[in-house]
Amino acid sequence: METAAAAQALGLWGVPLGVAAGAVRVSTPFLFVSLGECVTEKSGRVNLGLEGTLVMGAMSAYATSYWTGSPWLGVLVAGLTGALLGGLHASLCAMPRVNDIAVGIALMLFGVGLAFFLGKPFIKPIAPHLPAIPFGNWSSISQVRSALQVNVLFLVGLVLAPAAAFMLARTRWGLVLRTVGESADSARAMGYDVNRVRLVSTMAGGFLAGVGGSFLSLFYPGSWNEGLSSGQGLMAVALVIFARWDPVRCLWASLLFGAASALGPALQSVGVTKGYYLFNAAPYVVTLAIMIATSSAKRRLPGQPAELTVAR
Amino acid sequence: MINPAAPAATATAPERRRLGGAKARRLAETLSIRSGAVLTALLIFGVFVAIAGANPLEVFYEMYRGSFGSSFSFQNTLLRAAPLMLTALCTALPAKLGLIIIGGEGAAVVGGLAAAVTGLGLRGTSPWLVLTGMLLAGFAVGGLWIGLAGWLRVYRGVNETISSLLLTYIAIALLNHLVEGPLRDATSLNKPSTAHIGIDNMLHNIPGLDVHWGLVYGVVACVVAYVVMDVSVFGFGSSMVGGNVRAAQLSGLPVRAMTVIACLLGGGAAGVAGMVEVAAVHGKANASLVTGYGYTGILVAFLARNNPLAIIPVATLLGGIGASSGLLQRVFNLPDATVSVFQGILFIVILAGETLYGRFAIFQECAAPPATKPAVGNSSTPSQAVT
Repeated sequence: METAAAAQALGLWGVPLGVAAGAVRVSTPFLFVSLGECVTEKSGRVNLGLEGTLVMGAMSAYATSYWTGSPWLGVLVAGLTGALLGGLHASLCAMPRVNDIAVGIALMLFGVGLAFFLGKPFIKPIAPHLPAIPFGNWSSISQVRSALQVNVLFLVGLVLAPAAAFMLARTRWGLVLRTVGESADSARAMGYDVNRVRLVSTMAGGFLAGVGGSFLSLFYPGSWNEGLSSGQGLMAVALVIFARWDPVRCLWASLLFGAASALGPALQSVGVTKGYYLFNAAPYVVTLAIMIATSSAKRRLPGQPAELTVAR
Repeated sequence: MINPAAPAATATAPERRRLGGAKARRLAETLSIRSGAVLTALLIFGVFVAIAGANPLEVFYEMYRGSFGSSFSFQNTLLRAAPLMLTALCTALPAKLGLIIIGGEGAAVVGGLAAAVTGLGLRGTSPWLVLTGMLLAGFAVGGLWIGLAGWLRVYRGVNETISSLLLTYIAIALLNHLVEGPLRDATSLNKPSTAHIGIDNMLHNIPGLDVHWGLVYGVVACVVAYVVMDVSVFGFGSSMVGGNVRAAQLSGLPVRAMTVIACLLGGGAAGVAGMVEVAAVHGKANASLVTGYGYTGILVAFLARNNPLAIIPVATLLGGIGASSGLLQRVFNLPDATVSVFQGILFIVILAGETLYGRFAIFQECAAPPATKPAVGNSSTPSQAVT
């Protein structure tokens, strides 16, 4: 009721506000999954299974938060679950003649199936949520206030993106990781264990994706059900290509995707309901359009690790 | 192949004697590794359900009973196998050229949607015309849907795995938009749907069976796909493209066109799966078109190593697993996702099994060292680099 009144007070300004607020709110899982995928792909391996990791993370976080009453413990468990799935992906792909894209698809189906199986008892109960920091208490308009409810995980992501960029570009670890991603043979010749580096990077990527999943169930939309994720994990993989394997650009790309996802609900909140289902497709259309615009059939993309198969 | 010119060498080295010809050995290798993988997956799944509190042996027995144990359950299995055969082709045909397409679900959705629209448009003419029109519409639109992913792949370098899945989500949004809005039948209150195509126009059961003609569509499609991909010149060229795209280009094959054609055919097959769902099961298009058959079809294609003939029994097997889902829920109170978990485990074990090819001496050529046996099918890292 209050929101409706505020929407009237704001008029059509509610749309850009809703989109901006949605960009911050919806982008967080994109941000975490794409950062994770970015780190994994820099080592020369693609993990398409992050969709499954995301859903498993959401389920395990919700269950943990329900049992222990601590949402932060849920975030940790989600991360560990993700790391476990990442480790499974990495060890399967370390075997000769096993294709990482196919394993990713398998883990996507497995992760989603397992999460639905184990998560059945948690659809009804209410678990404690992650806290948000109200940045908008200065405003009297309730919409502005709710739009500026920023979750801590988003802020963590804000810090994490430049940190990951620094790690990749400026540290010894990052150098080894990039070497493995550019030329496994050179890395091997230098005495690095390629599979071990990839195991660590895939587990780290899985951890981040799991944390991204915990955001879905513990903050927004904020409940566990079987329709929780619809391809966010996979869109994040496309997003990494768009971001040219650069963690900071992953942040901007995530915000853009978040804005695209928020368009439908924002229009609906000001009374534009026509084509609501079409606007739901906006993030997918945007992803596809971006991929078409940025891919090239002729050359390797700048920043793309040479060992990668996804954008071959 | 045992070299007939050197019988003495073979005779003096009895441990090198091998069974059958090269082709038979390869088949034996595939069959034993695949069935080993299925058994391993069953074992892991058994441990899983044991942890979940059910007796694994009873679960296996109920799965058998619910899939192949009676004529009723077997017909249920066949009903589920029919769309799986068609959606599996959506992954299997492009895979011959090294593409990994996972958007069969979306092609089935738009195929079913197009079939429903066509069926409604032709209502009032003869049932034969309606069904033919629906079949063609489903095939064409499903084909264009995946053909788009293939076209983007070869002309724009867009990764086909991701784009085909994005297209699936777009297809579902399109379906929701149309059945909630422009195409909505005012009488469908709880579940927005298009109007019904008419009972007389629906696809009937095969005489004497409780299984509709969709099964025949599926089997025929697999046989046709086998002829196209494994017997015809086009199929030979496709294998060349999948094996070494440079070599295929140098020998003058139209690689791009062939890739798009394979995607068109595969997507068309999945579109027919959607058409069958509309014409034989629902009679109209609604959210029930989003069945998940497209995703299971990926598993079927991988399990069958993209061989269209092998898809027929594999789809029947996985259809059976799907058919047993209801019984597992009723008897053991297990969640409906149990079957998905088993399929996931099976998929992972099958892929892990890829590493075993060429490792067993008994399946190898006499002279060739084990590691040089060429990989067949999807498992090897696709050397696809269409430029």
